[in-house]
Amino acid sequence: MSKIPLVPENTKPLPALGENQGMLSWVASVDHKQIGIMYLISTMVFFVIGGLEALVIRMQLAKPEFDFVSPEVYNQMFTMHGTTMIFFVVMPFLIGLGVYLVPLMIGARDMAFPRLNALSFWLVVFGGILLYYSFLTQSGPSEVGWFAYAPLSEKPFSLNKGPTYWALGLLATGISSVASGLNNIVTILTMRTKGMTMRRLPLFVWMILVTSFLLIFVIPIIASAFAMMLLDRLLDATFFTPAHGGSAILWQHFFWGFGHPEVYILVLPAFGIISEVIPVFSRKPIYGYEFVAGSTVAIGLLSMGVWAHHMFAVGLGNVANLYFSLASMLIAIPTGIKVLNWVATMWGGKIWFATPMLFATAFIIEFVLGGLTGVAIASVPIDWVATDTYFIVAHFHYVLFGGSLFAIFAGVYYWFPKFTGRMMSERLGKWHFWLTVIGFNMTFFIQHFLGLMGMPRRTYTYHDFPYWGSMNLLSTIGAFVLAISVLIFIWNIRRSLKHGEKAPDNPWNAWTLEWATSSPPAVHNFDLVPPVRGRRPLWDLEHPDNPDEPNAKIVL
Amino acid sequence: MANNKMLIGFFVASESIFFLMLILAYVNFHGTITDGPTAANSLDPLRTGIFSLFLLASSFSVWLAGRSMASKNHFMLKIWLVVTILLGALFIYGQASEWLGLIDQNITISRNVFGTTFFTLTGFHGFHVCVGLLMLTILLGLAMFGDFKGPKSDGVECVSIYWHFVDGVWIVVYSVIYLWAFL
Repeated sequence: MSKIPLVPENTKPLPALGENQGMLSWVASVDHKQIGIMYLISTMVFFVIGGLEALVIRMQLAKPEFDFVSPEVYNQMFTMHGTTMIFFVVMPFLIGLGVYLVPLMIGARDMAFPRLNALSFWLVVFGGILLYYSFLTQSGPSEVGWFAYAPLSEKPFSLNKGPTYWALGLLATGISSVASGLNNIVTILTMRTKGMTMRRLPLFVWMILVTSFLLIFVIPIIASAFAMMLLDRLLDATFFTPAHGGSAILWQHFFWGFGHPEVYILVLPAFGIISEVIPVFSRKPIYGYEFVAGSTVAIGLLSMGVWAHHMFAVGLGNVANLYFSLASMLIAIPTGIKVLNWVATMWGGKIWFATPMLFATAFIIEFVLGGLTGVAIASVPIDWVATDTYFIVAHFHYVLFGGSLFAIFAGVYYWFPKFTGRMMSERLGKWHFWLTVIGFNMTFFIQHFLGLMGMPRRTYTYHDFPYWGSMNLLSTIGAFVLAISVLIFIWNIRRSLKHGEKAPDNPWNAWTLEWATSSPPAVHNFDLVPPVRGRRPLWDLEHPDNPDEPNAKIVL
Repeated sequence: MANNKMLIGFFVASESIFFLMLILAYVNFHGTITDGPTAANSLDPLRTGIFSLFLLASSFSVWLAGRSMASKNHFMLKIWLVVTILLGALFIYGQASEWLGLIDQNITISRNVFGTTFFTLTGFHGFHVCVGLLMLTILLGLAMFGDFKGPKSDGVECVSIYWHFVDGVWIVVYSVIYLWAFL
């Protein structure tokens, strides 16, 4: 043990406040762990708000010709639900988890730019406030959907202030995302501890790295589109108004040029969580590490060339449709490689179905379902039938909820002991898990059929066609089951924070560096960073006679 | 400890996508305008070309400022920073007077799609030049108080990278807006 290197201390200590200064020690913090926790708490708040909006949507659709809310309010609800869940729940949650874990996983003291990190977090909060401030304006928030298609989002069709606040709020979070992307890239490329080569990087860190590259190259696309939209709305510019020589299709190209890589921003870090959880609970190293990392890079590159599969109904011509259709189907290959690797990791493993593993296993199943419908609608003729129907709604909820959110739940149960020093209740966790699986599939599986039967999405209400009423009611009941499962989840967090079992440093017997710290980690993270001479540093430490890379040199 | 130059490098890469989109918007509408002002009938490439030379020269002077710092010539560092700021300000003066002239002829951002794309693209570029001028002024102020004795400073080098980027973007913008209209 004498050969363990000391962590180099910062030459200039970062400003920090003591525990006894209460809330100020959080608000003024530049510590990556505190900022990470604040990210997670704020996304929980937005998650509840976005969930309530979803319940309003499902209530309105519970029976035919219902008028639970007015059409305007209904439009506001689905606009705000989509915007909130994407930009203020899944994105900041995954970024926040990265902010907390990346420095620990690579054996660093903090992010490369701690103050920039704090700026990123607070910009998300202020962006959210700006977005939700529109509820206080006279005509309420934006009613034009999360995609804000022109010319509907332009004058004279949307004269209310909603879309302006919407674009401003998202511009603020966009700046935040670019800043955190930059911060992550520099942190991962320059601050790894000795021996932590790129080929030994935990897969979660790999995913965050690729996501960060996507962030810095893709967010500027939508940032400039938001700037143009705001100029249109505020200074009467004519970018997206066909009546004055502008082009509404240009907005679609810009929006989806960002929007499609965005879905990989939402799911790649989730893949990272799964790639950490599955090996630990199968008691095997990940199968095909290089393929999991490499296929991520492939997905990142491919994702930038497929945006117009959201626009098959526009009429871009057969050549364009053919290219975008084939390119979209290509993405199924690297994604399929990942799924095979996860299954091969579980194969023959000693699987332990604790709550994180339950969510990770369900993730694979639900995500594959969403992926399969994704390949289906990448085919132009099928898309022409299914476009703008509930089939699409079902598809993207299977990848974003069944994918990203299931992984997020797995991640919360997995790292909660590290964050707080307490275990979450397994009993409540299992209730949460089963109610989520039942509620989720009940809500969304039936929507595939509703879509194929022709029910359009974003519709305020519908006629009493045969079975539509009962199928929608089933979906609504599923949504309320989901709501109950979320309440149990929140109750579990609250209860476990106070009364949870005390967590040891490494409760799951995991292998990555964050588990070498105390639970919760000390302010300075590590007293000593364990030597890294393989992909599983803690395994190597415990089994000096049977290391992963027997011939690896110990670099000091 | 943190790698500031790597940060600014990736930041500049990210920014160039932002400008790429603005340029694409301009290109998309080039040639679609049937009546009203266009680049060909309302811009003066020669006058703007001359002011562009000031911006190009400022890239050279900021490089000389960095060289001076590397050779620990603190006095020349300050001189070259002043020169850079003056050249950048001259460019902004040229752009402002060009804008005022256009607005006098009722060519505005809301007139037609040329006005929209032209003012947006040159406006965002001008804004970036102004931010650069602000940073250079801060550097000059710090240098006056005795900072940057050399031979290395991430502050000076990062601002310099950003300034070269703003300059490079202008070469593309000038080519697309002014040269394309007249060649």
